Amino acid sequence: MAEAVNQAGMTEKVGVSSVGCMGLCSRGSLVRVDPTGILYDRVTTDNALEILSSLAGRESSEPSLKPSQYQPDSHPFFTKQLKIVLENSGKIDPEKIEEYIAADGYLALHQVLSEMTPESVVDVITRSGLRGRGGAGYPTGLKWATVAKAKSDSSYNEKNRPNGLSRKFIICNADEGDPGAFMDRSVLESDPHRVIEGMAIAAYAVGASQGYIYVRGEYPLAINHLQTAIRQAKRLGLLGSQIFDVTFDFKIEIRIGAGAFVCGEETALMASIEGKRGIPRPRPPYPAESGLWGCPTLINNVETFANVPTIIRRGADWFSGIGTEKSKGTKVFSLAGKVCNTGLIEVPMGITLQQIVEEMGGGVPDGGKVKAVQTGGPSGGCIPATAFDTSVDYESLTELGSIMGSGGAIVMDESTNMVEVARFFMEFCMDESCGKCIPCRAGTVQLYQLLTKIYEGKASIKDLTKLEELCDLVKQTSLCGLGQSAPNPVFSTLRYFRDDYLTLVSN
Amino acid sequence: MPIIQENPQTHPSSDKRFKMLTATMKRYQYSADALIEVLHQAQELFGYLEEDLLLYIAHSLKLPPSRVYGVATFYHFFSLKQKGAHTCVVCMGTACYVKGAANLLATLEQQYQVKIGETTADNQLSLVTARCLGACGIAPAVVVDGKVAGYQTADLVIHRVEECLHHGS
Repeated sequence: MAEAVNQAGMTEKVGVSSVGCMGLCSRGSLVRVDPTGILYDRVTTDNALEILSSLAGRESSEPSLKPSQYQPDSHPFFTKQLKIVLENSGKIDPEKIEEYIAADGYLALHQVLSEMTPESVVDVITRSGLRGRGGAGYPTGLKWATVAKAKSDSSYNEKNRPNGLSRKFIICNADEGDPGAFMDRSVLESDPHRVIEGMAIAAYAVGASQGYIYVRGEYPLAINHLQTAIRQAKRLGLLGSQIFDVTFDFKIEIRIGAGAFVCGEETALMASIEGKRGIPRPRPPYPAESGLWGCPTLINNVETFANVPTIIRRGADWFSGIGTEKSKGTKVFSLAGKVCNTGLIEVPMGITLQQIVEEMGGGVPDGGKVKAVQTGGPSGGCIPATAFDTSVDYESLTELGSIMGSGGAIVMDESTNMVEVARFFMEFCMDESCGKCIPCRAGTVQLYQLLTKIYEGKASIKDLTKLEELCDLVKQTSLCGLGQSAPNPVFSTLRYFRDDYLTLVSN
Repeated sequence: MPIIQENPQTHPSSDKRFKMLTATMKRYQYSADALIEVLHQAQELFGYLEEDLLLYIAHSLKLPPSRVYGVATFYHFFSLKQKGAHTCVVCMGTACYVKGAANLLATLEQQYQVKIGETTADNQLSLVTARCLGACGIAPAVVVDGKVAGYQTADLVIHRVEECLHHGS
């Protein structure tokens, strides 16, 4: 695009800026022209010049090359959204801290450090009703309060701990392992400073001075943008010691994951940061009391931290006015699978799945019918099209046998076999089981073999009962979240799509 | 033990890569919790983690070799076998799977007579799967030599791999 501007000789009139994700991935590459806000899709090097000539008021010489354009104000994919976490995504250049500051960035941190006590920060987060966006939905304020209260007198751990580190830690969980979810990647790539600011505010609230961001090794661009962002923040004194001239020090280190799904589980993640195999341990004690190197540790998801600066800036009441009674605010979903408009959306809690899939997603391409939506990755479930009028919030989705999860929403059409889907997820869990506890290590293998048997049409109705019993056992007796939730896809497909199983099971 | 010395900070071979690895370990003050970071760096430098290399790291960080080996084998990212000259990564995330990534994989396996996670006999091509690349919006996605491309079909993938194999990158 910059080249095209040069070619057209319009360098003085048009400034080109690279921004983060605009959301509508299926129509990439996207170019937005401000101030009209017109969005051009499927832009290539060939038709970039056409955009410029239409800006200059010239008629297109070759109309066939002209990229189609959108008015974001009128397309439901954009109008149904309410952007808090993604408010800067696609608007600012993620590699320039100045642009984030110009968009009111680090204002919340300044406000917190100069006007508020740690207690009042925790209080604002509690009143806002923010809940963990990693999937489980634990109230964020409560978690912060627990860590803030926890005493870190773990002197026996002193020798195991690297020198000079604080006694409380903040961890940002960016180990987005769910297949089909890419919200965290997009936030880190498009607006990394927002996460850093959120972490700094949290650190002040709970009394920590060292933070870690645990990012997947599969996200090189996100790691790159984060490193740039941390460097810039340090240079401006927004990270380091004596931030905003108050006695508050905060440093952030990036830790790169190495491809283990189980490291999304908090105790496994902490083991991994300590440089060990990512194996979970039983809870309690919870990380809030005894986490990294035995010190009180606050672990939140990327999206949770990204919500914090806006909540501080606009107030708890504003935030709690959005969403449903128990689920406040917005949720970012990555809409993918067999749907016309794939991409990233941020919607207020309480929206229906119908609206997400049909209106925003534009339904299945080529006039197919939606069969189900899979949310929550391998720990979630499939929600049938008949239940699409349910509102999207933590409780309703759990009631349907799925979970909110981190935000992957994969649309499946009529041609998808649900037994195959269940088998796919079981294979995933089987591979990713860390092997510490037997129900998960052996159970997932058995479940996978049973599902394969059923899928290949070699099973009897007895096997179906066995499948259900074994699912129950694995769910009840596994050590960590991975094993406990591994049977969820089987449960939910059995519940809603039993026919798919029955047709495959011969008598 | 060919490469281990009394003083782990220096390495007898004139291989510059060891120097760079040592610099990384130094930056983390040889602390044990940096093991994963060090392994990342080692793999980037050497392409894969040879047993000798793991021993060298274990000595430098003052860790038992069992711990280093345990960590290296636990994480999918680390490879203890040499990779081919070119790599093709097929994303097997849910979105890609729903859109037919399994077929792509089967085609590739047949075309190049190679199994998932293995390298062709002539050491030219490694076929790997990924959990999820996070490129679900453009599913199915395939990475050939570090370049991601979406909306892949069997023909497109074969074409790209062929181009890579014959023209290098």
